Amino acid sequence: MADAGALSPETVMRQMKQNGVTDIVWLPDSETNWLFLLMRADPDLRLVGVTREGHACSIAAGLFAGGRKPMMLIQNTGMMESGDSIRGWLMGLKVPIVLMVGYRGYTRHGVNNDTAATYTERFLMAFGIPFYLVENDADADRITIAFKEAEEIKSPVVVLVGDEYHGFNR
Amino acid sequence: MMHTADLLKVFAEFRGDAIVISGRGGRHWIELSDTSLDVPLGDPAMGGHSGFGLGLALAQPNKRVILFDSEGDILMSMGQLATIAEQAPANFYHFILDNEVYATTGGQPVPNAKNVDYAMIARGAGYPRAFNFSELDAFSAELPGILKAPGPVFVALKVFPEVENTPIGQRVRWRKRSADKVVRDLRGVLGAG
Repeated sequence: MADAGALSPETVMRQMKQNGVTDIVWLPDSETNWLFLLMRADPDLRLVGVTREGHACSIAAGLFAGGRKPMMLIQNTGMMESGDSIRGWLMGLKVPIVLMVGYRGYTRHGVNNDTAATYTERFLMAFGIPFYLVENDADADRITIAFKEAEEIKSPVVVLVGDEYHGFNR
Repeated sequence: MMHTADLLKVFAEFRGDAIVISGRGGRHWIELSDTSLDVPLGDPAMGGHSGFGLGLALAQPNKRVILFDSEGDILMSMGQLATIAEQAPANFYHFILDNEVYATTGGQPVPNAKNVDYAMIARGAGYPRAFNFSELDAFSAELPGILKAPGPVFVALKVFPEVENTPIGQRVRWRKRSADKVVRDLRGVLGAG
């Protein structure tokens, strides 16, 4: 089992279901395998795997245009690579969507050796995208807050998963 | 080579009640149809139209979704073809308008413009059916059969470039609705919100 101070994949799944997510558009990272197995076992959840994170934006926009409620699951590295797609396909089309973003390099103390972490929050602030940090199960209600905010502002909201290095694998 | 306006006129006869993402054919399609089932988005971010078409097709499995994409978009997002083939939406019809250039930036050739076989690439990515057409007569003859069979299908169409050289700020805007209004209208007619 993941330790009690971690964000468990079951908690993330519960948040997805609670908020009516129908489709996960995603690109795996090294830490999300257990979540992948849970998602794949759920017959009500469609998984759409992409080969580059920016592709997820237009797929999610199409799903939303057709009446579904997609969520994106990617890593911060891919989020930064996806800047123009986030701008054009999600913000431009006013898609209310939550992006769960693995916060690679996050150390809590602000001292890190990974520029992926250095630029993550700066990137989100430059784009004006609201974000919430989730580190463990006690933070999980912030995911629901993110869904509500996305609906209110009709634009993407990011949940940074600061537990990337231990919570999603077993 | 075909003129985009001509092939869209041919397609319009067989459109039925399909959702049409006019993509790179938008400025011509809008002269033929601009209902809530028409989705002229302009260019939200290059390379993404195929993903948008996939998402829409998955969301609306009982409606045919037609996309007029381009070779420049495909080259930018070739991995989307594998995702589309894996999801295999039977209602998705993926046309590309291949003019061999980046027309909106002045007509510079796309890489290896004359030698890329996009239908072969789509087949290699897993599309069960893929076609190439460069003549209007052949396209007109085959189109009804292509649209009757299930997707996903990929149809590469060689078209004459329509190069734009005026500064972007001086170009005549052909879209009548903003992109987000287009999405709202579509969701409305689909009963999605």
